[in-house]
Amino acid sequence: MTRTTGASLAKGVTQSYSLAMSFMNSLRPGGRHGLSSREERDPIGIAVAAVSKLAQSDLIDRVGLRRQAEQVVYSTTRNGFRVATAAGRRFARAGSRSQGARPASATSSGVFDLTPTEDEQMLVDVVRELAAEVLRPAAAGADEACSAPAEVLAAAQEVGLPVLGVPEELGGIMEERSAMAGTLVAEALATGDMGLAVATLAPGAVATAIGLWGTEAQQQTYLPAFTGDGGEAGVPVAALSIAEPTVLFDPFALSTTAQRDGDGYVLDGVKSAVVRGAEAELFVVAAMLDGTPALFLVESGTPGLEVEADPSMGVRAAGLSRLHLSGVRLGADALLGDTDAIAYAECVRLSRLAWCALAVGTGQAVLDYVKDYVNEREAFGEPISHRQSVAFMVADIAIELQAMRLVTWKAASRAARGQDFAREVALARQLCTERGMRIGLDGVQLLGGHGFVKEHPVERWYRDLRAVGVMEGVVMV
Amino acid sequence: MINLETPRKQAGLIDQAHQLAMNMLRPISRKYDRAEHEYPKELDMLAALIDGVSETGATGGAGAGGVRRDERAAESTTVRNGANMASALSIAEMCWGDTALLLSMPRQGLGNSAIASVANEEQLERYAGTWAAMAITEPGTGSDSANITTTAVLDGDEYVINGEKIYVTSGDRADSVVVWATLDRSKGRAAIKSFLVRKDNPGLKVERLEHKLGIRASDTAAITFTDCRVPAEDLLGSPEIDTRSGFGGAMATFDNTRPLVAGMAVGCARASLDLTRDLLEQAGVAIDYDRPAQSQSAAAAKFLQLEADWEGAKLLMMQAAWMADNRQPNSLEASMAKAKAGRVGSDVTLSCVQLCGTLGYSEAELLEKWARDSKILDIFEGTQQIQQLIVARRVLGLSSAELR
Repeated sequence: MTRTTGASLAKGVTQSYSLAMSFMNSLRPGGRHGLSSREERDPIGIAVAAVSKLAQSDLIDRVGLRRQAEQVVYSTTRNGFRVATAAGRRFARAGSRSQGARPASATSSGVFDLTPTEDEQMLVDVVRELAAEVLRPAAAGADEACSAPAEVLAAAQEVGLPVLGVPEELGGIMEERSAMAGTLVAEALATGDMGLAVATLAPGAVATAIGLWGTEAQQQTYLPAFTGDGGEAGVPVAALSIAEPTVLFDPFALSTTAQRDGDGYVLDGVKSAVVRGAEAELFVVAAMLDGTPALFLVESGTPGLEVEADPSMGVRAAGLSRLHLSGVRLGADALLGDTDAIAYAECVRLSRLAWCALAVGTGQAVLDYVKDYVNEREAFGEPISHRQSVAFMVADIAIELQAMRLVTWKAASRAARGQDFAREVALARQLCTERGMRIGLDGVQLLGGHGFVKEHPVERWYRDLRAVGVMEGVVMV
Repeated sequence: MINLETPRKQAGLIDQAHQLAMNMLRPISRKYDRAEHEYPKELDMLAALIDGVSETGATGGAGAGGVRRDERAAESTTVRNGANMASALSIAEMCWGDTALLLSMPRQGLGNSAIASVANEEQLERYAGTWAAMAITEPGTGSDSANITTTAVLDGDEYVINGEKIYVTSGDRADSVVVWATLDRSKGRAAIKSFLVRKDNPGLKVERLEHKLGIRASDTAAITFTDCRVPAEDLLGSPEIDTRSGFGGAMATFDNTRPLVAGMAVGCARASLDLTRDLLEQAGVAIDYDRPAQSQSAAAAKFLQLEADWEGAKLLMMQAAWMADNRQPNSLEASMAKAKAGRVGSDVTLSCVQLCGTLGYSEAELLEKWARDSKILDIFEGTQQIQQLIVARRVLGLSSAELR
């Protein structure tokens, strides 16, 4: 009894000591709460920090001072809350390790032309309707909840978005896989909402990657779940994960590593921008193998995997998460594509292309919205659009948006024809990052105070458009 | 099918223009920048060469004269890459060589574009082979070209023109001038017509040549018209004052020429990009398209930004030309192209001087010259602000009375 008390006392002391230590540690400014390590706290600052710490305490939550609703969305809207990955389905192994099917490239007549093919146009029309009727109305709620509603995901699946990049011979819907069609679709989808577009396109990125670089075994093991209706479980939630939470992130110099282990691999590291991480059943994870980046197929439920919600500035409907990998053992058949970074570089480029298309679609949403707003909003006795400073801002949005679109289309059409598109996609990304962000910024500015509040969607587009320059992976055309 | 490459059938023409620019324009580029107002005699041979090439049909109608929209062409669903695209791309190549010399090209004046765009069949035949400058701007009238004060009064079977025009490109060297004048100032823009005036007309006098910031090899003239009599059949287009179609006729020329001026900016800027990239590489700065810009040197990151904007300008230019070739209305897209290319031209050429330091600033290289030449491209054929105005009105659906 005494011993027990003593032990628990000792434990209590240790606990309070370590709490105190962790509190003191938390007072070191560097890297937390947006403070640089050059900041210093004086005694008053420490006292204020202590009060602040108390105010953040779980105690307040326990006595019910916080809104219940906040607790419900805790796991998706709060970071620092880790759970194991979803139990996941069993993907039945099939096929041989020989090279899988490879889609043919489109051919060109050599004529400069900005007209989509009939198939592409039909697809775009359907997706535009989906964007307007389903995505846009759900956007604000999904942004708040940090998750995509089931109806939206189901509608996207019905349209066939997850298998858009998978050729017909592998069970897809398009006769030939086309980066151009994928680009047009992503653009159209983002006119509804970027966050929901990312949520609905993410599984397709994994399916497309397997279709492009998978072995026959990988294609036969994983694609049926995407191309069929996935049985009762539906199309698997899947995430293409390249980004890492580091400054100056370079997808060709990853911190996540893959060590050879027998004829398999062991993965360690942290990935970020993982779409719907808690629900995902299949990840494609980028890691350095012998100093070269490579892609690995990782099924959820594999020991050593943990996900942590990572709500970010925007694209919140996609349920962004971090994926922690510690000693994750994979078999020899987990490697997707080659080991000399040829498939990997193409993956990075195709993914950047998809982000460009999303920027163009979102930019179009901004333009359409502000156009009507400045024509209706009156100041000084006339619509504000009658003033050059306002009108010229709208003109510049229109000009830069069209430039973004054309540069993106050029990269996409080159990719579809199997031509080198490294230069074109780099330029598209540069333009869509800088000019796209400017469109978000000006969109809010044109609405003034109304742009800053959530009554209008422009503040969300502002946050979403910032993503284009920082994202790697996630989506792919 | 979407494809934004240089049209395959025009690749040969573009290569030819590039070779001409490299081997005939570049060698004399600095010479005539220094010797402002001196006639670049080398261009006569170049013009003959271009005529020769045109006659073989290999150019597909290149040159500033080939922007007429052929309304008689059979309605067809096939996508065309025609004269507008060929002109824009070959002009870009020539301006990669030297913008001022392109503007000085005999028989390729802006007046020729106006003739090609609005003249009737009989006039086209009569004016074949002329070198026509374009006279719009007046001392008191720049961007508001509907406000011009030069008058044309019908007297028997002749018009009598009175007024003063400035900034007439090739105004001294051309053998004729297309002059904008109003038939009736009270009727506004609808009464503005263009007339072809021969340079030997005694009522026409070249008053002076301007000394300029850039495009110094091109002569820019001030011209007065004093009781200048021209035959009535030298009025281009219809003499009717149609208040409904109004200014449209005259302005239609711009829908065709703005992509060409965008092409000039695209070409001039690419000269700067090409050289700067080479100089950077010699200095050990390589541009990597896969690695994030911010993980590369600041110079490489800047270069990527410039190249991206340049690519956007070029594709906007190609879009506007493509629409013209396919008989789609392209006022909006032509102005978008001109606006983007104009500002990108300045940004690229000035930034390349910055990247190359005093090497770029010195006359030892041509970078400083391109940074001077490019400025005019954001001014003539409608300034940046006029293009923004046109784009804004179109996008917002506003009239010129609502958005002034």
